[in-house]
Amino acid sequence: MPTKKELLDLQFIEARHKLIDLAAFLDRIDRHPGADDFRYAALQAAIPILLSERPDRARGVLDALSDHSHEPIPKAAFQGALGAAQPG
Amino acid sequence: MYIEPHAHMVSRTTDDYEKLAIAGCEVLCEPAFWAGFDRSSPAGFFDYFRQLTDYEPKRAAKYGIKHYCWLCINPKEADDPVFAREVMALIPQFLDCPTVLGIGEIGLNKNTRNELAIFEEHVQLAVDRDLPILIHTPHLEDKLKGTRLILESLAGFSKLDRAKVIVDHVEEHTIAQVLDAGYWAGMTLYPHSKCSPNRAIDMLEVYGSERLWMNSACDWGVSDPLAVPRCILEMKKRQHTAAAIEQIVYHNPRKFLSQSPRFV
Repeated sequence: MPTKKELLDLQFIEARHKLIDLAAFLDRIDRHPGADDFRYAALQAAIPILLSERPDRARGVLDALSDHSHEPIPKAAFQGALGAAQPG
Repeated sequence: MYIEPHAHMVSRTTDDYEKLAIAGCEVLCEPAFWAGFDRSSPAGFFDYFRQLTDYEPKRAAKYGIKHYCWLCINPKEADDPVFAREVMALIPQFLDCPTVLGIGEIGLNKNTRNELAIFEEHVQLAVDRDLPILIHTPHLEDKLKGTRLILESLAGFSKLDRAKVIVDHVEEHTIAQVLDAGYWAGMTLYPHSKCSPNRAIDMLEVYGSERLWMNSACDWGVSDPLAVPRCILEMKKRQHTAAAIEQIVYHNPRKFLSQSPRFV
C-alpha cells in the first residue's frame, strides 16, 4: 500500500485540478443570470462534508445527494436522473 | 488477461471488440438493457434478444472473445407492466441458447411500483429455473433508495440463492448493504455517473475483494470499453500485486459466472 507521500506524488495534481474546477463552477453559477435550483443548494450543502474528519467523505457526499424516501413512487415523471434529490 | 463482465456491445462498433482483444479481454458478458431509446413493440425486443444470443457471439468470436449474455426487459422500459409482460413472454424461448447465463440486468430505474413488480416477476423466473441474476441499481440520486427497495424485495424470496445474485453499479453509499446481505457486488467504471477507477480501488481496499467484480458497462452513452484495463493500470500505480489484480478482474468474475453451467 502506498504511503501518504506516495499518494500525493501520484494524485495531488489531479485532485488540485478537480478542486479548482469545482470552485470555477461555483463562480460560474454565481456570475450567470437567472435563478439556480435545488441542485445548486444540494451541492453547497455537500461541500462541508469535504472538510469533515469522517473516514467516509465520499459516502457522505453520495448520501447528501440521495433521495432518502422509502416507498416506491406511483409513476415516474421522467426516465433519467438529475444528480440530487428534489426537495419535498 | 481479464473478463469484462458487463458491456453493452450492441451499442459499440467492431473497433471496440478489437481494442478489447488487444487489451487482453478473454470473455465478455452482455446484459440486456436499454438501447438509448424506448422500443415501440415486443418485436423490437425479439430482434434484440436474437442479436444478443446469435449475432454478438459471432462478432466477438472474430476477435477471439467469448461472448455471453443475460436476458430480461430492463427497468427503464418496464414501467408499463402490460408491455413488460409481453416482452417477458418472449424470454423463455431464448433461455436455452448456449450463451445465455441468466436473468439480467433487472432492477429499478425511478423506483416505481410497476418497476418493482416487474423486477419481482423476473426474480421469480430466475428462481424457478435456478438461474443467476444480474441486478441494475438506479442512477445518481435514485441509487440509495433503489438499492434498499431491491434488497428488501429480494429478502422476500425464501428460495433465492444469494450467492447467485450480483447487485451491480454499487458506490460507496450502497456497497456495504449489498455485501452484508450476502450478495455479490459489481463496481462500474463509468464517467460522471458511477465510479472512477480510483474510487473502485478505494472500495476494494476498504471492503476486500471476496465478492466484488468491476466492469465498464460501456454502452450507447459516454463510456469507455477499456475502463477495466485502465483500472488495472491504476491498481499497479497503487502497488496492488499482480495476483490481487488477477483476482478482481479474472478469478472473481469467473467464480460468479461459473455458477451458470453455460459458462465454460
